[in-house]
Amino acid sequence: MSTNEPDHGGSDVAVHDGDLPARFENPGLPEHKHRLTDTDPKAARRAEKQVALLFVLSIVGTLVMIVGYFAVKMDHGLGFLDYLDRLALSNQILGIGMAVSLLGIGVGAVHWAKTLMPDEERIDYRHLQRGTDEERADAVEMLNTGVEESGFARRPLIRNTLIGAMALFPLPGIILFRDTGPLPEKVLTETFWKAGDRLTLDPEGGPIKASDMVLGAVAHVMPEGIEEAEHVLNEKAKAAVLLIRLEEDQLAPESLDGAYGGIVAYSKICTHMGCPVALYEQRTHHLLCPCHQSTFDLTQNCKVIFGPAKRALPQLPITVDDEGYLVAAAPFGEPVGPSYWERS
Amino acid sequence: MSALAARRRHPLATALIVVLGLLVTGVAYAAVMPSTADASTSTASADDIEEGRKLFLANCSTCHGIDAEGRNEAPSLIGVGAASVDFQVGTGRMPLAMSGPQAPEAPVRLSDEQTSQLSAYVASLGAGPAIPSEEAIDPAQGDVSKGAMVFRTNCAMCHNAAGSRGALTRGKFAPPLTDVEPKYIYEAMVTGPQSMPVFPDQTITPDQKRDVIAFLSTINEAPDPGGMSLGRLGPVTEGLVAWVLGLTVLIGFAVWLGAKSS
Repeated sequence: MSTNEPDHGGSDVAVHDGDLPARFENPGLPEHKHRLTDTDPKAARRAEKQVALLFVLSIVGTLVMIVGYFAVKMDHGLGFLDYLDRLALSNQILGIGMAVSLLGIGVGAVHWAKTLMPDEERIDYRHLQRGTDEERADAVEMLNTGVEESGFARRPLIRNTLIGAMALFPLPGIILFRDTGPLPEKVLTETFWKAGDRLTLDPEGGPIKASDMVLGAVAHVMPEGIEEAEHVLNEKAKAAVLLIRLEEDQLAPESLDGAYGGIVAYSKICTHMGCPVALYEQRTHHLLCPCHQSTFDLTQNCKVIFGPAKRALPQLPITVDDEGYLVAAAPFGEPVGPSYWERS
Repeated sequence: MSALAARRRHPLATALIVVLGLLVTGVAYAAVMPSTADASTSTASADDIEEGRKLFLANCSTCHGIDAEGRNEAPSLIGVGAASVDFQVGTGRMPLAMSGPQAPEAPVRLSDEQTSQLSAYVASLGAGPAIPSEEAIDPAQGDVSKGAMVFRTNCAMCHNAAGSRGALTRGKFAPPLTDVEPKYIYEAMVTGPQSMPVFPDQTITPDQKRDVIAFLSTINEAPDPGGMSLGRLGPVTEGLVAWVLGLTVLIGFAVWLGAKSS
């Protein structure tokens, strides 16, 4: 920038005291350079061959794909593992064939356009967006004529009823959309758990005795009867609970009410984004969420000790029934899972 | 002699002596150490327990205490059962060479006979899970699809859906389950080693444990239908390969096409 001889060649540029010109002159457009393929017939011939080669490559890829599809037989008589082996081979041939066939066409076409198609430069200068005064006057005149001829200004009865009709027109939409579905109501606030529900093992069912849970044991549980729910998967997604036994004196005082002899049950649904929090470290008593590494401390009533979650995992109060099986003492005391607008 | 003497101040002479010294010490140590004896009987006799006690005092008592009651980081071994010892020692996790976030799988230090003696001794300290029978861990007798269901609910969150490993906190990790002997998979489930929770027979029945083993042995043998397995780690490695390899190729073409044709 400190050179005295700017290479755009303006010798009449006024030189400022700091070697910088006071103002730059428009350097104009750079000279158009012709491509090697425009000047050298050999280069053009070479480019032509390259393009053709790419297209031939694409042909080969397509043929490989077609032949591969039929050549790799996928007999259902094969064993499961042999079938998977064939599937792997078939997938690879089809994938490679298709990639080569598409890539050949695409790259060939672009290369053709860049090297061999006409290379001329044209300049279209910008023009003013604004119309001429005459055109503008014409437009205003037309609008006024329209207003005058339609009688929009002269006949207020028509004007006002038109405005009324337009205002009422969207109302049926509201009535129709209202019936497209019920409001969520208690879907987010309540789960399938209710007081007295037995804790059953996920996925195969079966109640759990308090004595079954040895120290350090973990069980993934669902409420009894959830298989008969109207929307089984939706209910399971909310009702999943992790049952863990640890030393009673390791539990926080506030979680003891809902615990039974060192056995605690907490919602498995992360309060951040709703992933299943099920990675349990037995020695540290930490529960991890696999999605964003939120970490909950069982010894502190599942308080968040790391990660993006903001609220502790809700505890499901448990006790035992007459036969010694673990049951829910009450439903969850708060909505499980991530936050939502109406959550109080 | 004079040639040797002349070279004794060579810069490499010290290094050579250190290497020789290490070699001699290593060979002597290996010769003095008890060699692997033939495995004879596996029933726990009083002799085995006594031998096991000696092995315990020599290899384990520094951390777990002379009475096996545990101290600091080392847990009590009373009531952990033979299965726990067989798992920890049989996979080389114990005796621990140095403390770290967790004891990783390592070359096995004790012979099979020594391991069973040590198991017998620890089992004699208090009742605990026993080493499973051959039949309990036979993958051929398990139901693969049921095992997959149990695995997905109870194991996949840490060990990955294909059992290829997973990260925990502060350097701890759930190890890969590929190429693990069925016996050790079973023992890990009943004993809950290190960070792993316990899955007692009441919550995952012995039959379901065998189903899990059958599932793991099936996915071990299963080929990867998509081509490369990429560690079977899911979207992380797949994304990495797609972005690094795939995009590099595409960018390469773009640069070639965009280069000035003159």
